[in-house]
Amino acid sequence: MSSASLAADSKSLVTQEPLLRVVDVVKHFRAGVAGTVKAVDGVSFDIRPGETVGLVGESGCGKSTLGRLVTQLIPATSGRVIFDGVDLTKLGGEKLRQQRKQLQMIFQDPYASLDPRMTVGDIIAEPLVNFGLVSGRQKDARVQELLRVVGLNPYFNNRYPHEFSGGQRQRIGIARALALNPKLIVCDEPVSALDVSIQAQIINLLEDLQREFSLTYIFIAHDLSVVRHISNRVMVMYLGKIVEVSPSEALYHSQEHPYTKALLSSIPVANPRIQTLRRLIELSGEIPSPLNPPSGCHFHTRCPIAKVPTPCADTEPPLEEKAPDRFAACHFSEKVRTV
Amino acid sequence: MPGETLAIVGESGCGKSVTALSVLGLVQRPGRIVGGKILFRDIDLVSLPAEELREIRGRDIAMIFQDPLSSLNPVLKVGFQINEAMRAHDKIPRDQVAARSIDLLTQVRVPDAARRLNDYPHQFSGGMRQRAMIAMGLANKPEILIADEPTTALDVTVQAQILELLRDLNEATGTSIILITHNLGVVAGLCKRVVVMYAGEIVEQGPVEQIFESPQHPYTWSLLRSIPRIDADRKERLRSIEGLPPDLIQLPPGCEFSPRCPFRIERCFSDDPELEQVAPDQEAACWVTMKRAYAEMGAANILDTRPGAASGVRPPKELAAKVVDRRTLDATSVPEVAGQ
Repeated sequence: MSSASLAADSKSLVTQEPLLRVVDVVKHFRAGVAGTVKAVDGVSFDIRPGETVGLVGESGCGKSTLGRLVTQLIPATSGRVIFDGVDLTKLGGEKLRQQRKQLQMIFQDPYASLDPRMTVGDIIAEPLVNFGLVSGRQKDARVQELLRVVGLNPYFNNRYPHEFSGGQRQRIGIARALALNPKLIVCDEPVSALDVSIQAQIINLLEDLQREFSLTYIFIAHDLSVVRHISNRVMVMYLGKIVEVSPSEALYHSQEHPYTKALLSSIPVANPRIQTLRRLIELSGEIPSPLNPPSGCHFHTRCPIAKVPTPCADTEPPLEEKAPDRFAACHFSEKVRTV
Repeated sequence: MPGETLAIVGESGCGKSVTALSVLGLVQRPGRIVGGKILFRDIDLVSLPAEELREIRGRDIAMIFQDPLSSLNPVLKVGFQINEAMRAHDKIPRDQVAARSIDLLTQVRVPDAARRLNDYPHQFSGGMRQRAMIAMGLANKPEILIADEPTTALDVTVQAQILELLRDLNEATGTSIILITHNLGVVAGLCKRVVVMYAGEIVEQGPVEQIFESPQHPYTWSLLRSIPRIDADRKERLRSIEGLPPDLIQLPPGCEFSPRCPFRIERCFSDDPELEQVAPDQEAACWVTMKRAYAEMGAANILDTRPGAASGVRPPKELAAKVVDRRTLDATSVPEVAGQ
């Protein structure tokens, strides 16, 4: 199939039923006597097949925890994760394991996420072997095919991870994630650990693979320019909550939440003429501790347009549709332009 | 130049940090400076005895590092560590040291500075620690502040604050800043001049606006096109730089970038180009330069960025095996150029 017709296919897929529905998911971690860290604090969203949804936020906002909840690597405190019509939070043991074939993950650190004692071939084939899907020569053939797909030399299946560079290791991690023909891949900061000149190679590869295999991605990163580039929609998280969801093209020109606007203003543009004219919206103070998040809207302590105490410090704003396809959790989103 | 903001840009392992460490004589063994001069106010720092260099280090030229947590001493109070920088050099009168510490911490916008001086580094957040490091660097009113990836470990909102702080300090105190970074966006906002390094060598240098507008070295050009821009209206496929940076133990003959360069010519495989003037105040080390690549190789419209793709030049046979070495692991980077 030509890539053009595949692209058309994935577009028509977007109108279908959601592939993933996350409903009011909460994840609390007990932090000893200090209390409870509300890492993810009531998050809901849908992802349609063939879509790439970006998830951005600063360290500690809960984006990686949310990624791990979607793949059920950690159990949710409450809420539902419905994948392909099945509520994963209700499943356990073997049934969950079978579902996981469809849900794979790519990790940030290609040095820590590959077992140094295993050959590349064994690393990539491990999921296939675990599910008893291949044996003997079949296994080698599949591994070589996967290596070729991610742009590595197929005859290096007997090498070890240390013989590869960071970018090449990330390709190995991607090959392993593809082994079981998953529908959804959660990419958790897949390019953050890579050199600038290598990042583009991996981003382009992920885009090509999405077209070729009709993949759906959740792309987690702190770098909003990378997230915006690869995603159809971007979700912005702050202290365990989604504060804005927007189509990625629209996001640079207008924002419905003051945090998104501040975040965008802090990202430097690699053009001195533009960058020297841009104005930084400096947020007061630092991110509050997720052990004890502020009342009402979590952002009100740093928000340039908050009205305290009412409503911002006492009422939590719901995530609402503020404009077609644009959702934000803010009492005063119409004032974001004035920030 | 006094008061200037200079950026040294490059990928990991390109030698940008080692360049900065050399200035301060901080290169660790077995590394050593084997040649060349580093002139500071007409004094050659390389040939200066260790004792005299120590006088300059921290007093006239100070440095801040990427990771403020591992560069601060965890068992000493922040205030003590800032005072220590001043006591070591006697540039600031002893009786003014304590007051200046408070001023410095206020100047780098740490709220409630007098009280925070009694805190230990672990009681500071990442951004605050980097501010404390900057305060320490500025303690002796240095003429040059070298900042080695000062924001890489920080969140973007904090990064923006630190960059603004550095910009303001440069304007207010006239301290020259040498910023070492891999982030071209950071360079665009803070620096006036830029040096681009690749595999241990300077490949291009000049005024920031000029280099971003019209880079002449294919590496600079490629780097600028390989990063997604937050202000881009249309989403274009990123023009990636294929292959890997070279192994510094076994550098390729000729130009170091030739194994990855879309615009290479035969000469690039045999002769290493020197920096030459390519525009007023701008120098690049390239036999081709982007001017020619635009005029003769259609650089404006190329989508295929594989090595030799625009020029159609493959490595000579005797080199081919060597040039690809470790990169043979990577099928995408094996050049296949039509019409050759």
